[in-house]
Amino acid sequence: MSSSVQSTGGVAGYRPERTLRLSVELRRQFKRRRTVGVFALMVALPLVLIAALQLGASEDAQSNSRLNLVDVATASGLNFTLFVLFATTSFFLVVVYALFFGDTVASEAQWGSLRYALATPVPRMRLLRQKWAAALVLSVAALVTVTVVALVAGGIAFGFADITTPIGISIGQGDGLLRLAGMVGYLAVHLLVVGTLAFWLSTVTDAPLAAVGGAVFTMFVFAILDQVEQLGSIRDFFPTAEEFAWTDLLQTPVDSADLYRGVIQSLVYAAVFTALSFRHFSRRDVTS
Amino acid sequence: MHHRPRSGARRGLAALTTALTAAVLLAVPVLGSPTARAQAAEDVGTEDATVPSGSGADAVELDTTTYVPASATAEDPAPAVVLAHGFGGSKQSVADDARDLAGRGYVVLTYSARGFGASTGQIGLDDPRYEVADLSTLLDVLAERDDVQLDAPGDPRVGVAGASYGGALALLGAAYDDRVDAIAPQITWNSLTTALFPSQAGPVDEATPAATPDTGDSGVFKRLWSGLFFGAGSVPTGDGLLASLTGGSTAAGDGLPQIDPGSLESADVEQALTCGRFRADVCAAYQQAASTGTLTPEIAAVLDRSSPAGVLDRITAPTLLLQGTQDSLFGLGQADANARGIAANGTPVKVVWYDGGHDASASESDTEDLRGLVAGWFDFHLRGQGEDPGTGFTFPVPTGVGAAVGSVQGGNQSETAADYPGLSGDAVQRTEVPLSGTTFPVVTPPGGNPAAITTVPGLGAVTAALGGTTVEIPGQFAVFGSEPLDTAVDVVGASTVTLTVSSPTGTATLFAKLYDVSADGARTLPSGLVAPLSLTGLSTDPTAPTEVEVTLPGIVHRFEAGHTMQVLVSSTDQAFAAPAEAGVYAVGLADGASLAAPSVSGTVQGESGATRWWVLLAVLVALGVAGVVVAKLWGARRRRQLSEVEPDGEDVPLRFSGVTKSYKDGFTAVRDLSFEVRRGQVLGLLGPNGAGKTTSLRMLMGLIRPTEGTISVFGHPATPGAPVLSRLGSFVEGTGLQPHLSGRDNLELYWAATGRPLADAHLDEAVEIAGLGTALDKRVRSYSQGMRQRVAIAQAMLGLPDLLVLDEPTNGLDPPQIHAMRQVLQDYAATGRTVIVSSHLLAEIEQTCSHVVVMAKGQKVAEGTVEEIIGTGGAVLLVVQGDPARAEQVLTGLGAAVERSDEGLVVELGDLTRAQAVSALVEARVGVDQVTPRRRLEDAFLSLVGES
Repeated sequence: MSSSVQSTGGVAGYRPERTLRLSVELRRQFKRRRTVGVFALMVALPLVLIAALQLGASEDAQSNSRLNLVDVATASGLNFTLFVLFATTSFFLVVVYALFFGDTVASEAQWGSLRYALATPVPRMRLLRQKWAAALVLSVAALVTVTVVALVAGGIAFGFADITTPIGISIGQGDGLLRLAGMVGYLAVHLLVVGTLAFWLSTVTDAPLAAVGGAVFTMFVFAILDQVEQLGSIRDFFPTAEEFAWTDLLQTPVDSADLYRGVIQSLVYAAVFTALSFRHFSRRDVTS
Repeated sequence: MHHRPRSGARRGLAALTTALTAAVLLAVPVLGSPTARAQAAEDVGTEDATVPSGSGADAVELDTTTYVPASATAEDPAPAVVLAHGFGGSKQSVADDARDLAGRGYVVLTYSARGFGASTGQIGLDDPRYEVADLSTLLDVLAERDDVQLDAPGDPRVGVAGASYGGALALLGAAYDDRVDAIAPQITWNSLTTALFPSQAGPVDEATPAATPDTGDSGVFKRLWSGLFFGAGSVPTGDGLLASLTGGSTAAGDGLPQIDPGSLESADVEQALTCGRFRADVCAAYQQAASTGTLTPEIAAVLDRSSPAGVLDRITAPTLLLQGTQDSLFGLGQADANARGIAANGTPVKVVWYDGGHDASASESDTEDLRGLVAGWFDFHLRGQGEDPGTGFTFPVPTGVGAAVGSVQGGNQSETAADYPGLSGDAVQRTEVPLSGTTFPVVTPPGGNPAAITTVPGLGAVTAALGGTTVEIPGQFAVFGSEPLDTAVDVVGASTVTLTVSSPTGTATLFAKLYDVSADGARTLPSGLVAPLSLTGLSTDPTAPTEVEVTLPGIVHRFEAGHTMQVLVSSTDQAFAAPAEAGVYAVGLADGASLAAPSVSGTVQGESGATRWWVLLAVLVALGVAGVVVAKLWGARRRRQLSEVEPDGEDVPLRFSGVTKSYKDGFTAVRDLSFEVRRGQVLGLLGPNGAGKTTSLRMLMGLIRPTEGTISVFGHPATPGAPVLSRLGSFVEGTGLQPHLSGRDNLELYWAATGRPLADAHLDEAVEIAGLGTALDKRVRSYSQGMRQRVAIAQAMLGLPDLLVLDEPTNGLDPPQIHAMRQVLQDYAATGRTVIVSSHLLAEIEQTCSHVVVMAKGQKVAEGTVEEIIGTGGAVLLVVQGDPARAEQVLTGLGAAVERSDEGLVVELGDLTRAQAVSALVEARVGVDQVTPRRRLEDAFLSLVGES
């Protein structure tokens, strides 16, 4: 029988603010194959792309008449990194964010471990906060991983040189790295939209697949609607809007108008979805 | 913001298609865009009317639409705006703009110019006698309206705006009719002669940024553009060819119009077929120009008549000049000349260059901005409202590439200077960039073919973007480059350079361009613009060539550091007429010649960019701090609430008081449940499946909120996340183990998540209880149900909680394990801790628990010690062989109460032991088949189960 009990009723040694620390949650996540798998994929993707670019060098580069970063992908490691980001923005990174955020609560519910965590007790708001933070750390880490691997592997394959834009303007390496950091930062914020949407769904459903799939599906629907010109400026308010605004960072001087709008809009979406998830989870009866 | 392409192609494609459309129609929708939203700030009504104008043979009927805002009334008249459309358009082309302006409170008159749309008459190219006079007629109409504000009787307060053809009309209208109070002409010409027969050679006033030489008596015919321009007007429109022949009176409705072939003059027919709706003199001038490619006095007379250049000194209406940087038809030089001419009178002039023009339509955001500029101009100058737009100069921030490639490059910020340089203040600043290059022989091929391809009308810079580079024919050009630039050079306006040219014939037609050459040799022609040079009186001696001052095209472009600026002079260009004779010119640089590149420094709009990012950061930080403070306050309040405790809390580890849980669908899982558990008890929660046992346990764990009533754990309310739950260990419905981890990892990670010291966990004891041995280090995935169950129970017992809650703990265990589990639980309670076990098996509860609460259908049925409830002390069920009556007699004789039932005899033994009763029966020769404890509860319990 524990002799010491706190005035709040908690047992001695229990402090709500020490429950489910970020390091513990990350340890839990990294014990999962899924997490390790995503990071392995993040490392593999740039390597696969390098191999593909080496194989198909220049032959079909012209077949795609779109103004495209692929045309200059092999100019330097930095260029290759930009190409990787360009290629992954609209699908791959979306899925990664949706996975890390959407899997959080729903998978615990599916295993049935959620109720034990809540009875520990990890206060509900804290549980969500920690899960959210862990998902963010994992997602951003994945984004940084793919960028760094692309940068290093691309540099080795194509040389450490300046950025060459499709119109033949070059940006020095130092400046280029700074801008690349800005792009990664922008993407990290913009992808929060899909992440937090998945997170909200994760608190609603007990099926991780539904949360992840639902968020990705929603993004795809908006991406398709985005192609409908008739919708006009309504499209500017889509969660997918300004998805590629980070390419503005290639300009000189940088026009940050779209970036700013993108950041604000993403933060608003993220805040709304996060608020919805907290609201729902705080009221919900946990029956799983 | 401009519309960000989700794919790189989109904007390029959009620009291409709109530009193509624009090229055909020339009705560039500068202000109108297809998706433009009408700012319906108020209700706008429309009135269609046909207004007669002109007299005699030139009398026409103009098709007009007036947009009237609800705010404009006879009591409160509003200023008016006339919107004129572009060449090839009609009043419909400006409908969006009209609605927008009307929404801002103006009475807006739109009309189709004569020769266009449903208006009758012939095109006179903004002829002061016809089109400009029509404008005066429309001002008369506006003056008649009681909802239009008047400056004087017959003089409405009115502004005129329009693009291209309509822009020139605004300028000419302001010059010829002094009732016009403000104008906003866009992408229009100063002199149609210099626009269609440009020659950018000769001295120029270098004070203004885009000053371009006036064409003398010769120029190079801009044949592609002119062809499109006249082509748009010569296609019979409106009622068609027949109507134009019969004076526009075709009978609508029944069948073919009645035309007497004999009544038609053959000259009329020819004119209709070749000239369409053009006036004969305009048509003749074009035909002459197209066939000869030279500027004759007759052509010049027609074009000059239609040009504001000669009458700018009459303009007193404040003028907002909007000109596009993507415009190979009416370049920046045209606006420059207009600005100089109008400002010379002391009339306020504001100049705005934007990223668009006849070659590329402006982005949606630019379009909105331009609308706002025009409205702001009229607000101030017609209504005296709003901020003074001033007489400044706004231009796009120079970027390294044309905005047509804006998908990856090219911003849309604009930069504003206080004044258009050279109008009243200082002259424009010009950077001298030294050039080098030898004298080149430049060949003109016979017939001017093959020709360099630089500009395609309506596409301009897009050509360069799609093809990567323009096409220059080897041997046909001279090239003079700078050294690679140390720092980037921004060019805002038209650069000048002095060349030397000699020609065997004394004349030469050349095309000068300013290329941006990147370090790797890729050449970009900014905006795809070309400066044609029509040179006469040249030296025929290559050793003593004539010096020629050349003004290069007006552009807004940044030449990046490391790039070179290259002046290229070629002898041919696809877009222009070139002399048919072959020849060889010598083109070189004048001694010490350098490129004088104009630049304007202003403040970048939206350069607050950096500031607003800081503002955003500050806001986020502030929100974060506020959040932390609120959380702290809330936490303190919550701790105070949590510290309220029932006095007997330590003795009553669990108390349910009137707890009800109903769901929205009306189902009530638990109804008015009240019971207490005391310290050291092993309480059994007994009931059939669906009795509400698990729901009750979930409520006690804070997973489900009771609808009514309270649950207290050690005297503290068991709300979600209440710290008192840390004294609780639980195993409810499913193990909750992570299948990809080993049993040990599960236990360790679970404990780590509690944040409590590892020493408090008593991990070894828990592991011993689980009794898994080495299997504990295998993945849970490989465990049997029983193994998982034991790990989960061990997890519940981590930290030796004061209250242990187990839901159906023996499910899935085999008999020896069940036995061991019972012992574990009883030992656990013996330490003064409390255990709650739920089960649907009576025997289970009987053997494990000291106390029991029986539930059915969400309600408590009975409560007490196991002895009380199960009744082991008293009754037994006897099944005898032979005569039950005999047995009854024997037992009654010993003082027991006997009752017969279907199953046998129910005997209340009283003080009698079972052994005594059995031996008495055997002595009385009654065979005893069975003696079992008779559970009084069992009947009730079974019947409840049966019912449910």
